[in-house]
Amino acid sequence: MSRPLTAWIEGIGFLAPGLPDWPTARAVLRGEQAYENAPSVLPAPSILPPAERRRASRVVKLTLAIGLEAAAHAGADVATLATVFSASGADGHNCHALCEQLATDDRQISPTRFHNSVHNAAAGYWGIATGAMAPCQVICAYDASFGAGLIDALGQVVLDRQPTLLIAYDSEYPEPLFAKRPVPDVAGVALLLTPERSERSLASITFRPDTTAAEPLTDAALEALRVSIPALRALPLLQKLARCEGGKICLDYLPPMQLSIDIECC
Amino acid sequence: MTPLLLSAYTATTCLGRGLDATREALRSGRSGLVPCAFETVQLDTWMGEVAAVDAQKLPKSLADYDCRNNRLTQMGLETDGFAERVREAIARYGKTRVGIFLGTSTAGILQTELAYRRRDPESGALPDDFHYRTTHNSFSLAEFTRDYFGLEGMAMAISTACSSSAKVFAAAARQLELGSIDAAIVGGVDTLCLTTLYGFASLQLTSAQPCRPYDATRNGISIGEGAAFALLERCNQPAAGSILLLGTGESSDAYHMSSPHPEGLGARMAMEAALRSAGLSAGDIDYINLHGTSTPANDAAEGKAVSALFANRVPCSSTKGATGHTLGAAGAVEAIICALTLTDGFMPGSPGTENVDPAITVDYLLKSRDGTVLQALTNSFGFGGSNCSLILGVAP
Repeated sequence: MSRPLTAWIEGIGFLAPGLPDWPTARAVLRGEQAYENAPSVLPAPSILPPAERRRASRVVKLTLAIGLEAAAHAGADVATLATVFSASGADGHNCHALCEQLATDDRQISPTRFHNSVHNAAAGYWGIATGAMAPCQVICAYDASFGAGLIDALGQVVLDRQPTLLIAYDSEYPEPLFAKRPVPDVAGVALLLTPERSERSLASITFRPDTTAAEPLTDAALEALRVSIPALRALPLLQKLARCEGGKICLDYLPPMQLSIDIECC
Repeated sequence: MTPLLLSAYTATTCLGRGLDATREALRSGRSGLVPCAFETVQLDTWMGEVAAVDAQKLPKSLADYDCRNNRLTQMGLETDGFAERVREAIARYGKTRVGIFLGTSTAGILQTELAYRRRDPESGALPDDFHYRTTHNSFSLAEFTRDYFGLEGMAMAISTACSSSAKVFAAAARQLELGSIDAAIVGGVDTLCLTTLYGFASLQLTSAQPCRPYDATRNGISIGEGAAFALLERCNQPAAGSILLLGTGESSDAYHMSSPHPEGLGARMAMEAALRSAGLSAGDIDYINLHGTSTPANDAAEGKAVSALFANRVPCSSTKGATGHTLGAAGAVEAIICALTLTDGFMPGSPGTENVDPAITVDYLLKSRDGTVLQALTNSFGFGGSNCSLILGVAP
């Protein structure tokens, strides 16, 4: 009835509190380096022209950082890649500024703030920065956003037979929204998924729906990241990839539906 | 792609609730636009407001979802017998096998705008009765719909501004093709809010008159709201006259956050991809429902793209002069309008438009016209350069 949703991973990008890139995260997830919590560090997006670089918001810097890292890891040309962005929310600081001003008597909001308020703002800047005219998906599924993005990205890879870059990411709201939605910091994971195995393939993943609980990470600090930042629900998968271990894991998705993922390392 | 059946569908906009009100208005050339009097908004613009949205009462168990956007979601679901057809599909396939793919641009952000007026004067905190997850968050309408029907399978919101609820058809079609679900609730819901009304005004993209797409003197949009849904299923032998999704095409402009590619390059790529996906050529399309927002830039760019692909051989119109621009709901609203053209044998005109821009060389319909439509294409383009075209057809 169902066709298996399988893809090969050729590149990984990562950024989270205390984990500025995939090589660092990989070392920590392999147990070679201790995890030290620290605010997320966002690199200046060198791909943007200087004026845009200065104006770029935190979610734009985040998605460019992890997306470009994954593409570089795979040696892929970003201008050719289809993309799937998935985030539990848009730019929280921009949203707060708009809501704050709309609650005053002066409602003449800035046009830039308005166009930056759309959920697909980071995806739009990605297109402008990379020149990619391929399909670009932008998903939200609250805490299940990583899983929703993975499902659609795998669907595109399997049916359209083209490399697809999944960029799952989140950012924080300032107060007073932070109290209602306490995502602690920016973080994200990018996976370059391809339909065929190549010499660059790191592993294959196959998704099936399941109802098994996700296994917590043994490191309490990493587990805290997994449960507080929706994109980092992917950490059990990344731990397997970091350790080059095959096997089956379960990721949190949308209760009671979970994502069972079979991993085969190359 | 393998054609998919729209086994049920419905649309609610300022034209009225459901298919009959929509077809009556489109046939007669009635517009639902009125001068903007939404909430406390003071803007010299017109809008398309759905009547009696706030009279909708959500089930007690779903009270945390209460906001204008979910009220309109429920109103849309409970129109044209759509909810019944969903329940029949759930009985047929099971509650894990019916997926949800809904588009929105702002979901229930109005609830947050209102909550920011009620912050605690000491702490600045938002009121206790404000629920971010179930109102403001872009997923809220999809989660509401999932809980409304007690579903347990996959669900996602797609939020690519004004192409959102066109792209849901493509995402759902993928999962149906893969067999990971047996039916999909697709659609879009967006409601009036201060962010979009003041936001489009700040970009000088709202008109002080009712919008007039493709008119030589067009000068901006009229913001509307709407809810439109379809139930998509695989179907080996669709009954004659059934409405089918034949093709989907997506692309990115990679050009600008709030202006389209001036030559309509991304728009053209999306239409070409939809034709490829449907296995059709430009000559097979009988009607095009244009994105046609009525901004100078959008209509010029889209017109160039349509003209490049179809010359002036295909009757086309934007229905936003009737419905207003329902933003994240527009893709689904206009897909359902295409379904009506296919079943009813007419092509809608363009209320408000008087003199078609002579610089745009397409066969633009000012007035509704009778005619057989076997395949219709609909365009939806959004901020961030997100483009999606859909092709619907009628089963022989």
